Amino acid sequence: MSTAEMAHEADHHGPPKGWKRWVFSTNHKDIGTMYLIFALVMLFLGGAMAMVIRAELYMPGLQIVDPDTYNNLVTNHALIMVFGLVMPAAAGMANWMIPMMIGAPDMALPRLNNLSFWLLPAAGTMLVLSMLIGFIPGTGQQVNTGWTLYPPLSIQAGMGMDMLIFTIHLLGISSILASINIVTTILNMRAPGMTLMKMPLFVWAWLFTGLLLIVIMPVLAGGVTMLLFDRHFGTAFFDAAGGGDPVLFQHLFWFFGHPEVYVLLLPSIGVLGLIIPTFSRKPLFGYKPLVWFMGILFALGLVVWAHHQYTVGMSLGAVTYFMIGTILISIPVGLMIFNFIFTMWRGSLTFETPMLFAIAIILMFSFAGVTGVMLAVVPADLQYHDTYFVVAHFHYALVPGAVFGLYAGVFYWLPKWTGHMYDEKLGKIFFWWTTIAFNITFFPQHFSGLAGMPRRIVDYSIQFTEFNVVSSLGAFAFGLSHLLFLYIIIKTIRGGKEATNKPWEGAQVGTPGLEWDLSSPPPFHSFTTPPAIK
Amino acid sequence: MCKTWKSPGGIFSVITLFLVSGAVFADYALNLPEPVSPLTGQIYDLHMLTTRIAFYIMVAVIGIVVYAMFKFRKSKGYEADQNMHRNMFGVWGWILVPVIVLGIDMSIAGSASSTLAQVEDYSDADVTVKVTGSQWKWTYEYMDDGVKVVSNLKKLEPTDELYLRDVDNPLVLPVGKRVRFLHTATDVLHAWWVPEIVYKKDSIPGYINETWTRITKEGTYRGQCAENCGTGHAYMPIVVEAVSEEKYNDWIHGQKLAMAKASAEASSDKVWSRDELVARGEKVYTTNCVACHQASGEGIPNVFPALKGGKIATGPVADHLNIVINGKSGTAMAAWKAQLNDLEIAAVITYERNAWGNNTGEVVQPADVKAAK
Ligand code: HEC
Ligand SMILES: [Cu+2]
Ligand SMILES: [Cu+2]
Repeated sequence: MSTAEMAHEADHHGPPKGWKRWVFSTNHKDIGTMYLIFALVMLFLGGAMAMVIRAELYMPGLQIVDPDTYNNLVTNHALIMVFGLVMPAAAGMANWMIPMMIGAPDMALPRLNNLSFWLLPAAGTMLVLSMLIGFIPGTGQQVNTGWTLYPPLSIQAGMGMDMLIFTIHLLGISSILASINIVTTILNMRAPGMTLMKMPLFVWAWLFTGLLLIVIMPVLAGGVTMLLFDRHFGTAFFDAAGGGDPVLFQHLFWFFGHPEVYVLLLPSIGVLGLIIPTFSRKPLFGYKPLVWFMGILFALGLVVWAHHQYTVGMSLGAVTYFMIGTILISIPVGLMIFNFIFTMWRGSLTFETPMLFAIAIILMFSFAGVTGVMLAVVPADLQYHDTYFVVAHFHYALVPGAVFGLYAGVFYWLPKWTGHMYDEKLGKIFFWWTTIAFNITFFPQHFSGLAGMPRRIVDYSIQFTEFNVVSSLGAFAFGLSHLLFLYIIIKTIRGGKEATNKPWEGAQVGTPGLEWDLSSPPPFHSFTTPPAIK
Repeated sequence: MCKTWKSPGGIFSVITLFLVSGAVFADYALNLPEPVSPLTGQIYDLHMLTTRIAFYIMVAVIGIVVYAMFKFRKSKGYEADQNMHRNMFGVWGWILVPVIVLGIDMSIAGSASSTLAQVEDYSDADVTVKVTGSQWKWTYEYMDDGVKVVSNLKKLEPTDELYLRDVDNPLVLPVGKRVRFLHTATDVLHAWWVPEIVYKKDSIPGYINETWTRITKEGTYRGQCAENCGTGHAYMPIVVEAVSEEKYNDWIHGQKLAMAKASAEASSDKVWSRDELVARGEKVYTTNCVACHQASGEGIPNVFPALKGGKIATGPVADHLNIVINGKSGTAMAAWKAQLNDLEIAAVITYERNAWGNNTGEVVQPADVKAAK
């Protein structure tokens, strides 16, 4: 559909009615909404699994689930949170905001957009089935590998593993298509005058994210396909007895897996790059440097993957290289934190919910950064590796760094999306509740890890009891806080104080902020004629 | 809502609360255990160095952010400085910060490199132990003495102090000697890890990885498998008894005698009675097979087949011999021909065919096993 046709359509009618509006949708906002709802559903599913995991770990001994079900839950919890929650939520925000931010009528490839979303529910269903099928007799062992799917353990698993492999194929196709669409939109659909260096930071973040996904997803898809062949077609890519190499899979997985961390983080960094200037009423301390750092992160991120495998027995030269590369990442990340802090410095600060999240993210993400440097040091990692210290580190990186960043985005943009202000008081209660509970859950895990508790164990010796009790109690409170989150979102959709076009005073400081020129909620087709860039 | 919680300073109080909680939990293990070898000692120091750096960085970041939150608030009438990014700091900060970070990075990498060289030092050892991980037990082979020890979880109640931490046969090592560990696995990945005496490297089928230690203090040291190896991953503890050189030599000598006796027995042409074989077989079964097929012989549905009333355990003897001797590739069922001698295989098969109501009454002799190989 050409832009002209679309404009024509908009003149005559609004959105189609009923289920067709959603199933056949080519509208970036409707698709964005569907992405966000899907992510919300997955948040509760993955969260429920985490609750079972923490309930099982509340005390030593086996109480709730057997060992295979436990590790199946661990596997699915990770995959759901990564591929079901964070990536779709970030894609939903990209869909909603990028066309509005760059002054485009819609995404560049609207039908592809429809396809990339609708692959997700199919993948999600397959993922859940891969877990449930293990309970049917005759289907073999459950998927008990953890999300890394390392062979030979993943060769032993039953039919659930095959379904998981196909799930990853579907997810891969979905995110590659979405990335192609987003990158194309950013490069081709900008309004006249919206130069690359004027784009809001969120758009830049997604440009790098999209490119990164296009590079890494095929590698993961290839890796799991080789696994499928090893399982059923007699190849021996990863079987030492047949001349293959079990460690090869780890290299393929982490070539995807490390940059994937940036795929999860970058969109949220983009969100922070808008929120912090807004509530500091002051332009970003360094816009251009931040763009550069994201570029450096992109490049460095692609060449440090083996820091996840220091224990496999690489040569001294190889581990030294991966150690130095990994430690160097602290430079762009440190500059990013510096940038955010000095955006606040000598600003005029107010502390609405998105800003509270942003500040908490700066602090907690810095903490993940310093434990990350600790982990990068090879000899020390030979002690930390595969313990709860690692679990604590990456939850500090990914929950504040990715998930809380998205929550901040939800609060920041809910007024724009729904036309209503959210309840600020409830928002703040949610912030404090969820942040404190998060810390109670994961902070003690640093200690249990150092004391020697390995990951992915269903049962532990009594020396680890105290920290696990605290962790579990924190986790239950953390889980519960999300009911309040859901309530706030529903309440805002259903009503509330009307939002103006630009509900945040500082929203356009230092950025064109085209999205804030549109009404709240915006019209069905965002810009039918290109807007003027200030 | 209470005023203090609303204030951004709340963040700070929460964080200090956690730092204080460290003191509250002082009775519990908070840190890496006290090292008892020079190399784990070096790693420990490295860990403390990076921890300290991490702590100071966090104090600085929290300090600056909290200061900014109180100083530059709109509610206090503070106006934003729209040109701050153009002042001296705004221009030179971009050079200053990377230089500082790079300096910290390089000093960390520098102090890591000598320890790393130690880790990768493969000079000769006094004692070499090949450590083999299997689902779900450890096999220790003393390469110089031909002694072999299989180490299994000792089943205890979850209230016991040593729950999941004790084994039937510990690894015995001499103090003061350089010990080399060669790590490999028979089925899936494992990782042998006893934090006090040695860091970990993965046990990988088809690979030999190497670690080393020199234990400085006699005692019992415990660890467990660190790399996910499936159903029994939580049930693979490791116990190392570090003893004086004298005691170690006595122990090795005793093991050698016992092994010589066992192999003489196994290779003799003796024809064994059913009861003798069942009694021996039960022992073999409890050390080698219970982890999967369970003491009840009922296995775990969908994962490990039941031998009680099982198709093979009550069917033709040839099939039974075949699966135990050769295993089944692509499954957790290993080939036992290299790990058990003929007598042990004969005994365990006889046991399985006569236990749990599998009343075949059949007897399998070591000679049958030899013939089937
Ligand atoms: C690591 C787990 C594991 C251990 C230890 C193990 N087995 Fe098995 N065993 C299996 C699995 C899995 C199978 C099913 C293989 C298949 O898919 O056919 C099996 C199958 C068998 C069968 C055939 C059962 C049937 O009816 O199909 C016999 C007999 C058997 N094992 C005997 C033994 C003996 C004897 C030992 C000890 C010396 C032993 N196993 C140790 C996992 C194990
Ligand atoms: Cu990584
Ligand atoms: Cu193991």
